Amino acid sequence: MTSMLRLVDVSKSFVLHNQGGIVLRVLDRLSLEVRAQECVALVGPSGIGKSTILRIAHGNYAPDSGRVIVAADGRATDIAAAPPRRILALRRDTLGHVSQFLRVIPRVPSIEVVAEAARDAGATPAEARARAEAMLARVGIPERLWPLSPTTFSGGEQQRINIARVFVVPYPVLLLDEPTASLDAENRRIVVGLVREARLRGAAILGIFHDPEAREAVATSEIDCTAVLRAA
Amino acid sequence: MNDAGEPGYNFAYLDESTKRMIRRAILKAIAIPGYQVPFGSREMPLAYGWGTGGIQITAAVIGADDVLKVIDQGADDTTNAVSIRRFFARVAGVETTERTAEASIIQTRHRIPERRLSDGQILVYQVPIPEPLRFIEPRETETRKMHALVEYGAMHVKLYEDVAAHGRITTSYNYPVLVNGRYVMSPSPIPKFDNPKMDMMPALQLFGAGREKRIYAIPPYTPVKSLDFEDHPFSVERSDRPCALCGATDTFLDEIVADDRGGRIFVCSDSDRCGEQRDQVASGDGAAP
Amino acid sequence: MTDLPLLTATSLSYAYGRRMACQDVDLEIWPGEVVAIVGESGSGKSTLLGCLSGRLRPDRGHVAYRDRDGAVLDVWAEPEARRRLLMRTDWGMVHQNPRDGLRLRVSAGGNVGERLMAVGARHYGDIRQAAQAWLERVEIDPARVDDLPLAFSGGMQQRLQIARVLVSNPRLVFMDEPTGGLDVSVQARLLDLIRGLSRDLGLSALVVTHDLAVARLLAHRIVVMRGGGIVEHGLTDRVLDDPHHPYTQLLVSSVLPA
Repeated sequence: MTSMLRLVDVSKSFVLHNQGGIVLRVLDRLSLEVRAQECVALVGPSGIGKSTILRIAHGNYAPDSGRVIVAADGRATDIAAAPPRRILALRRDTLGHVSQFLRVIPRVPSIEVVAEAARDAGATPAEARARAEAMLARVGIPERLWPLSPTTFSGGEQQRINIARVFVVPYPVLLLDEPTASLDAENRRIVVGLVREARLRGAAILGIFHDPEAREAVATSEIDCTAVLRAA
Repeated sequence: MNDAGEPGYNFAYLDESTKRMIRRAILKAIAIPGYQVPFGSREMPLAYGWGTGGIQITAAVIGADDVLKVIDQGADDTTNAVSIRRFFARVAGVETTERTAEASIIQTRHRIPERRLSDGQILVYQVPIPEPLRFIEPRETETRKMHALVEYGAMHVKLYEDVAAHGRITTSYNYPVLVNGRYVMSPSPIPKFDNPKMDMMPALQLFGAGREKRIYAIPPYTPVKSLDFEDHPFSVERSDRPCALCGATDTFLDEIVADDRGGRIFVCSDSDRCGEQRDQVASGDGAAP
Repeated sequence: MTDLPLLTATSLSYAYGRRMACQDVDLEIWPGEVVAIVGESGSGKSTLLGCLSGRLRPDRGHVAYRDRDGAVLDVWAEPEARRRLLMRTDWGMVHQNPRDGLRLRVSAGGNVGERLMAVGARHYGDIRQAAQAWLERVEIDPARVDDLPLAFSGGMQQRLQIARVLVSNPRLVFMDEPTGGLDVSVQARLLDLIRGLSRDLGLSALVVTHDLAVARLLAHRIVVMRGGGIVEHGLTDRVLDDPHHPYTQLLVSSVLPA
């Protein structure tokens, strides 16, 4: 299958200038590849920087060196070198990222938070809304909560909004950071279903799945990060 | 220099170099119709607000052969008009008149005579506030820039506010005009009834603001357009009653208290025009109302 | 987003006497992009905004603007008339204090209609209709078209200011602390509005703010200023989550989580 996401010799360190210039070396010449219809799970003890890999792939962290190649529209973009507007364009229609944080403008209704992602990816307002409604229903957010801002929601509900706003767009590349964390068994099952569907429609998925059961259910391969990641 | 006037004073009160300075300002004003030219306004023997700008212009352009008419709100016989007429009779020894047709210079406060002025006449306006943009932009540096760059959008905001508040443009005097397609100008507080008379007027129109030290002008036969909206065009409301004295129906009327019981009548504001009309009626050509 | 920047600043410098408020700043704004300039008071962000927006002539450097026809104007080399025309048509300025951006003695409709009248609109009915449509768009009841801005709350005044600017269909809007001085909940509504408008209208915006939370929610890209220069810039979440410059790290760590 086509290579959708490729990290080549990626190194990353953090320099804490305000703490005496401590240098945290997190990644050293990491390379990995995710193809279409693949779901690669990053495994290893928590706190060693698995999320850092996803963030680098999303353009959220800038690597010190190396390339982060994303294939979209028949061309390859190196996220590590691309200008911000190119990264934003990729985030709109190619790269979906479920993070562990929900960052939204307070007071914006959940339905609009989800619909906005679909609109950014090119859907008409009506189409975006219909898709957002379907997705919210799918992840089990009751209709009475749709007009409310997710900032008032419980952790599990916020997480499901986060998932809905990503899965409402059929992104070719998905970066999933603990998508099933803080969910109950029923909702975990729903999310596992979404991830499998995405993979089968052709998405390339790179994820961190803390829950072994969920990982078993979705991953096609695993990368043990203990070998490639070094804590400071 | 001063054979005809008051001993001890130069002809027409102002010294010759001051007159030259004012004439230069006037020439510049005529060259740039509607543009406010700064000038070194002098102290005059009467207070600001009593026509010091108009008087200085009149003093600068008047000659011994001129015939002067002065009106205040159209009337020749009000205090201000009488004083200014007497002033020039004394310091310049010129002939004065109440007849619009006979005057070569007409100094006015807040009216334009009803009779159409002719070639060679000069109409001198007394102006309290020369800057039409001031109500919306108090900074002089900014209004000068707005004039220079023809940024007149704000001017229509005032008219917009009128229509929004009253359903029509209610500005009824000092109604802004666009002179020669270029400068927005304050016509001084004449009623908007008079605005159409400024357009293509055969006489030279000079405007003097003494306190604010500005002179501006409209040369003869210059287009003067009152600002308006396409769907709220400029219009002059005519009175639905005739003048109580002469019966005229086409003049601007003043409301005056006629007796001590609060009775009111409407009469021509232009006293000369009203008198002419009454003479015509009296001479018996059957035009009586 | 097209492949050419809308606004390009090159080596902009501005000094107040001997103090350099802004030194050798290079900056590009692309079509449809919202850029935040952040930094503490005295960092030069407002001076930079002034130089970019045609309000403060830089001592050195150029500001180039690509107009609707694709022609590039050297903003500070253009005659003042052209520059001011640009400022009231293609550009807009939203001030921190609505009193600086509104005519307080003129009705909401007059405030919004002014830019239309400034470019020659002379049909009262059309102007009023446009004003009401814009009031509605910024979530002000169109029935209040004849009210004075003084009768509006702070948040409404700010939205009115935005309507007044956007009515001329500008391509680039400059905002100086647009949410400063507003309640947190009013801020949120305004941020949502600005973001929605910029997306729907393809508007570019340059927003000066000292509030990193505002920058995170509003801006695609962030520029961190200190001592008159840019110390770091890039994708908003990259700069805030992975700050490289010591000053940016200090700035990010000294505020409550955004």
